[in-house]
Amino acid sequence: MDILSGDPTLERIASGNALALCATGSWTARFAPMLERMVADAEALGGTRPNIFIDASRVSKLDTFGAWLIERLRRSLSRGGTEAQIAGLSANYASLVDEVRRVKAEPIVEASSVTITGMLEQIGRSVAGVGGTLIGLIDMLGAVLAAAGRVIIRPRGFRLTSTVHHLEQVCWRAVPIVVLITFLIGCIISQQGIFHFRKFGADIFVVDMLGVLVLREIGVLLVAIMVAGRSGSAYTAELGSMKMREEIDALRTMGFDPIEVLILPRMLALVLALPILAFLGAMAALYGGGLVAWLYGGVEPEAFLLRLRDAISIDHFVVGMIKAPVMAAVIGIVACVEGLSVQGSAESLGQHTTSSVVKGIFFVIVMDGVFAIFFASIGM
Amino acid sequence: MAGEMTDAIIRVRDITVQFGKTRVLDGLNLDVRRGEILGFVGPSGAGKSVLTRTIIGLVPKRSGRIEVFGVDLDAADAAQRRSVERRWGILFQHGALFSSLTVRQNIQFPVREYLNLSQRLLDEIMVAKLGMVGLRPEVADRFPSELSGGMVKRVALARALALDPELVFLDEPTSGLDPIGAGDFDELVRTLQRTLGLTVFMVTHDLDSLYTACDRIAVLGSGKIIAAGTIADMQASQHPWLRQYFHGKRARAVMGA
Repeated sequence: MDILSGDPTLERIASGNALALCATGSWTARFAPMLERMVADAEALGGTRPNIFIDASRVSKLDTFGAWLIERLRRSLSRGGTEAQIAGLSANYASLVDEVRRVKAEPIVEASSVTITGMLEQIGRSVAGVGGTLIGLIDMLGAVLAAAGRVIIRPRGFRLTSTVHHLEQVCWRAVPIVVLITFLIGCIISQQGIFHFRKFGADIFVVDMLGVLVLREIGVLLVAIMVAGRSGSAYTAELGSMKMREEIDALRTMGFDPIEVLILPRMLALVLALPILAFLGAMAALYGGGLVAWLYGGVEPEAFLLRLRDAISIDHFVVGMIKAPVMAAVIGIVACVEGLSVQGSAESLGQHTTSSVVKGIFFVIVMDGVFAIFFASIGM
Repeated sequence: MAGEMTDAIIRVRDITVQFGKTRVLDGLNLDVRRGEILGFVGPSGAGKSVLTRTIIGLVPKRSGRIEVFGVDLDAADAAQRRSVERRWGILFQHGALFSSLTVRQNIQFPVREYLNLSQRLLDEIMVAKLGMVGLRPEVADRFPSELSGGMVKRVALARALALDPELVFLDEPTSGLDPIGAGDFDELVRTLQRTLGLTVFMVTHDLDSLYTACDRIAVLGSGKIIAAGTIADMQASQHPWLRQYFHGKRARAVMGA
C-alpha cells in the first residue's frame, strides 16, 4: 500500500515488438506537474511501434487529473499512428476515464491579445461614448422631470417615507463631516490670507476674500464634491446592486415605475439636502475663518463682523444658494444613470461607482464655471 | 491519520448555534460516513443551511465539536485547516460564482491556487470538468451574468469539483433545474461518488434526489437530527413531519412513477 500510494511512475516494458507503458503509484492532482512531464516524454513514443499498451492495473489512486493525462497519452499516441489501448483499469477508474474521454481534443484558447487596432478601437469607442453619456444624462433628466410631473398631478404617488429616509441619509447624517471639513477649510483660507496679505499691510482684506470666496464658491463647491463622494457613490451602489439582483426588473413587472419609486425620492432628497448643507458649510467656514483671523491675525470679532457686512452683499449668498440645487441635480442624475447601467458583475459595480463620483465631480465643476460666466454677465 | 481510517468523515457532536435569542441548532449530533451520499432534509428555516455553514466554518457555534477528515476544526492550525479545505468542495445554494471572472477562470481559480500546472493542462481539466457537469466548452469564456440559472449551478459544481475533492457539500443542488437536468445531476453525483470515492453532504428538497441519489437521509427538526437512515427507514417512521413529507401528495407521485 505504501509503495503504491507513493510517487507515480510510468515504466516502459518492451517485449519484442510490443511496448507496455506501466503506470504505478497515485495519479492524482498532487503529482500533476510530474505526471505531465512523464506523459510528455512518453508521447514521443507515438509512431515508433504499431502497438502500445497503457497498463493502469498498478495505479493505486486515480482522479480526474490522472485519468485525463492517461487519456491524453492515449490520444497523442494514436495520433502518431500507434494503436494505443488502456488496460487494467478497475471498474470505477474505467468509468472515470470514460468520463474524461468525452472531452473535446483541443480546448478552445482564450483570446486575449493587445493589438494596436484594438487600442485604437477602444479610444474611438470611448470618444463616441462621451456623446452617449450626455444623451443618457439628458434622458434621465427628462425621465425624472416626467416622473415629478406625474407626482404633481397625482400626489398620492409621492413616496414621502422614502424621501424622508434619504433626506436623513444624505443631509442629517452628513452634517458633522460637512461642517467639520468646511470649518477647517475656512481656517486654512483665513490663515493663508493673513499670512500673505500681511506683507502689504492688508490683513483686514482677508475678511473680504473669505466672505466672497466662501459664500460664492468654496462653500457650495466643496459641499457638492463631498456629497458626490458620499451620497452619489451610495446611490450608484444601491441602485447597481438592485439592478444586479433583478430587483428593478421586479418593480417594473409589478407595474411600478423605478424612476418614480427609487430615483425621484433620492433626487428630491439630494436637491433639498445640498442647499442646507451648503448653507451650514458656509457658516462653518466663516466661523472657522473668523476664529483664525482673531487668534492668528488679531482681528477682533466685532471688527471682523463689521468688515464682513461691508464686504459681502446678499448677492453673494444668493449666487451660492442658486447653484446648490442645480449641482445636487447633476450629482443625482449622474449617480442614478451610473447605477442603472451596472451589469451583472461585482467589478462592473465598482467601475460604475467610481465613474459616478468622477463624473459627478467633473460636472459639478463644469456647472460652476458656467454659473460663473452667467452671473458675471448679468452683473451679480 | 488515525481518525481518518474510522467510518465517519464528518463527525458533529453537540453543536449549538444561536443567533441573538433564537437557538437554531441545539445539541445536534451527526455522522457522515466515508463514501456515502447523505441527503439532508428538514422544513424550510429549520437550519439546514446553517448546519452546512457551521461545518464549513462560516457560522460560529456556541458549543460543540466538529471533526472533518478526523481533524478537529477548532483545534486545527492554519496549515491543517488549509489542507482540509483543499479536500472539500462546496456548492453554494446560489452558485456564488465570482462575477468578475469568466467560467474558465472560476473553475481554474482553486486549481491555480493549490497546484502548479501548465496552462494547457489547466484548460484541458477545465473542459473536462465542464463536460462532467454537462456543459459545452463554448461557455468557458462567458461571465456568470451571461449564464442561465441551471448553468450557474453546473459551473458552480464544476468549480466545487475542480480539485477532485473527497467531500462535497451541495446546498440544494437541483433547485432551479428542470427535471431532466436534475435527474442528470443526480446521476452525475452518483457517478462521481462511484469513480472518485466522493462523500456527498447534500441539502435537498428534491424527493427524486432522495430516492435515486442518496444512500442515507438525515432529517433536521427543532435544532436536532430527528431521524437518520435509509429511505425505507424514513417511510416507516411515525414522526408527523416525516409522514407528511414522505407520504404527501408529491411523494406519492414520485413513488408511483
